[in-house]
This record gives sequence, structure tokens and C-alpha cells, in this order.
Amino acid sequence: MIEIKNISKKFGKLEVLKNVSASCNSGQCIALIGPNGCGKTTLIKSILGMVIPDSGSMEFNQKSIFGDYLYREKIGYMPQIGRYPDTMTIGEIIEMVKKIRNSKDNLDEDLFRDFEIEKMLNKQMRTLSGGTTQKISAVLAFMFNPDVLILDEPTAGLDPLAAEVLKEKIIKEKGKGKLILITSHLLSELDDLISEIIFMQEGKIFFHKKVNELKEETQEDKISKAIAKILRAN
Amino acid sequence: MNRIVKIILSDILKNKIVLVYTLILAVLSWSSFGMEDNTAKGMLTILNVILFTVPLVSILFATIYIYNSSEFIELLVSQPIKRSKIWISLFISLSLSLIISFLIGSGIPLLINAPDFNGIMMLIIGVLITAIFVSLAFFSAIFNRDKARGIGTSIVIWLFFALIFDGLILFLLFQFSDYPIEKPMIFVTSLSPIDLARIQMLLHLDASAMMGYTGALFKEYFGNGIGIAVSLLLLFIWVIIPFVLSLKKFKTKDL
Repeated sequence: MIEIKNISKKFGKLEVLKNVSASCNSGQCIALIGPNGCGKTTLIKSILGMVIPDSGSMEFNQKSIFGDYLYREKIGYMPQIGRYPDTMTIGEIIEMVKKIRNSKDNLDEDLFRDFEIEKMLNKQMRTLSGGTTQKISAVLAFMFNPDVLILDEPTAGLDPLAAEVLKEKIIKEKGKGKLILITSHLLSELDDLISEIIFMQEGKIFFHKKVNELKEETQEDKISKAIAKILRAN
Repeated sequence: MNRIVKIILSDILKNKIVLVYTLILAVLSWSSFGMEDNTAKGMLTILNVILFTVPLVSILFATIYIYNSSEFIELLVSQPIKRSKIWISLFISLSLSLIISFLIGSGIPLLINAPDFNGIMMLIIGVLITAIFVSLAFFSAIFNRDKARGIGTSIVIWLFFALIFDGLILFLLFQFSDYPIEKPMIFVTSLSPIDLARIQMLLHLDASAMMGYTGALFKEYFGNGIGIAVSLLLLFIWVIIPFVLSLKKFKTKDL
């Protein structure tokens, strides 16, 4: 579904992505993990066309994404730090994205309901806490029933209850055969979610494995322990 | 295109600055017609207002607005919209709101007090000057990541065209006064939109006599139909070029 081939990206002198290749297919739930500053967010942003790679190619459903924009209709993106216009209210933001996406039917309002956004529609974005902003990002990412969900640190900043709601929603969407890409540092949280792991280090993909293979190889039953074992072995 | 323009326009109109700008233009325009006993003098005063205030407000407001909408732009870029569409919509809505302010603030008194060719010419020039400086604001905002530097660049651009360029022209005129530099001067003038607009307007107001031989040459060049067309075309090019350059940069910008 998403085919990444030899992507490189430099910010000034800093090489953020070095010849990264990966392939992601529908039905998979892939965790993108790695230390801070290893290029996870840059990789995600290049899939979304927010960062334009220096070299390499990237395909979405066998079509190059460079110069294209319609493929983004099929992607729901939840940024790490959602930045929204300060003066707009929650209601206005949601209305605006609906207008831009131009889709009235087939809206998925599960999270809208579960996070009880209805009560907060008139709040201005600048008055919101980090967690509430995260909730809005999540609502917007899931609202249009996209085939691909890209979630950058989805549970960071959410209270345990909201995090649980979001996790359940992710599992539900995974069951529908969608492709889900998650970055996270909370490995323990990923255990019952993901099917594959991409581990990045210094702009390169260190390994890309299925979770069961990983667990078999390391003889561990927790992802966090399995990864710690691999890192220690190197 | 319309959806985004509508969203941005309603956001700009919520901002009181545009309203205040309209009021200030109205006060300046009405009072300059009220204080002078003949329309020609009033027109000259308004000309100075247009050539001084309009560029300053247009470039500053637009630059600051672009920086403040960085979150909005980021949000839009991750949605299924063409990048060029976002940038063009932003340009259209910013120019449109400032042009409407100008038309309400200065346009109404102009058309009431000078409902002739000169009045309409003044309106067209005001509209073009607004668009030119919004376009320059896009140029300076896209090439400076830092907000303070971007606003600084915009102020320098305004200072250059409003004051420094004039000084340079005067300097050139004095230095080369022994040579026939009138024709090159016409070319040099077209390098500044404000000067282009000023000369265009002065010629129509019959104040060109004050500019001596150069004025006579300008009159010969800019005064006739072709001259007007050429100078309007040059002003139009001034709108297009900075914006197209910024658009090119925006298409490949990392957000």
C-alpha cells in the first residue's frame, strides 16, 4: 500500500534519513520506534508530503506521491504536537476540516462521542490543554474513515482513560483491515496492538520484523524486553 | 479554492486591524478633501497617503498574518489539498481584504470628490499598490523562517521603496546631470512600484511641470495611452513576480 524506496533527507548538514526503504500493506499495524531524533517523524511527514525528500521514491497504491495530493484523502494523520489556529474554536476546526475534505457522509464519530467533544465545541484552541488538543487531533484523524492511519505518539499527553479509549479504537480499525502506523516510546502499550516493528536508528532502518518472529528469535514474550535484548546483543 | 478563501477571509475579518485600517484611510481621505479648497490639491494629499500608508500597512499586516497562520498552513498541508492552492488562497484572501478596506476607506471619498478619470486612476493604482506589497510580504515571509527576521525584511523592503529609492534616484540625477540620462531614468523608475505609481499619478494631476525636463519626457512617455498601459503592466508584473517566486519556494518547503 505504501512503498518507500531509498528515501534520503538532509536538513542543512544534518542527515535525517539515510536511504530508507520500507513497505507497508493494509491489515498491518506497524510500530515505528527508535531513539529521539532518529527520523521517525521526518519519515512520517514525508509520507504525508509535508517534508519533501531529497532523493528516492515513494508510492501510495502504486502511484508516486510526489506532486500528487489526492492520496491524502485516504490518510488520517494525528500529529505529535497538534498545532491549530489559536482563535478558532473546536467546533470551527472540525467544521473546517469537514469542509476541506468535502465529505459529509460516512463520518466516523466514535471518538467524537467517546471523548465528549460535544461539550467543548465552543472552546477556543488556545485555551486547551495539551491532552485535549491531542483528543481533537485523534478525532480529526479517525473522522473520515481513512484507509491508512498515521499516529505520531498518539497516547502521549492523554489521560489513562482517554488513552484506553483510543487504543480500543485503534484495535477496532485494525480489525477492519486498515493500515496503521504508530510511533511510540511506550513499548508496553504496543503489546496488544501491533503486528510489525520498524526500528530506526540514526536515520536508518535497523530492522523491520514481524512481532511473532521477533519474540521467537529472542525467546521473550514482551516487545520491550525483546527489543532490549536485541539492542544489548549489538 | 473558494472554500479556503472563505475560511481565511472570515478569519481576517474577525481581526480588528483591517477595520481600523479602513477607518484611518477614511479619516485621512475625507479630511484631505475637506481641508484643501480644490480637488487637485486634495488628490495630491491622498496620493501621498496612498503611497506611504497603504504599502506599509499592506506589507506588515500580510507578513504578520502569514507567520501567524503557520499552524493553519500546516494543518491544511496534511489534508488532501494542493500546496499551490493553499498559498494562492492565502494571497487572494489577504489582498482581497486589504483592497476592500482601501476601496471603502479611500475609494468612496475619491469617487464622490473626484468622479473623473483621475479619481478612477487613483483607485486602480491604490489597488495595485496593495496587491504588490502583499505579494512582497509573501516573498519576505517564505524566505525567512524566523518571524522577527521576516517582519524586519518587510520593513526594510517598505523603507527601501518608500524612502531610500527616491534618495538614490536624486543622487543619480545630481551625479549624472551633465549627461542625457532621461531615458535611462524611465527604466530606473520602473524598478520601484511606488515611484512608478507616483509618476503615473503626478502626470495625470498636471503636476509634471514641477519635474522640469525629466517631467516633460515622462509626460511624453507615460502620458499617452501606451504609456499608461505600459506602466500599469509594469505594476502588474510587480504583483506577479514576488508572489510566483514565493509560490515556487512554498511548493518545496518542509513544514
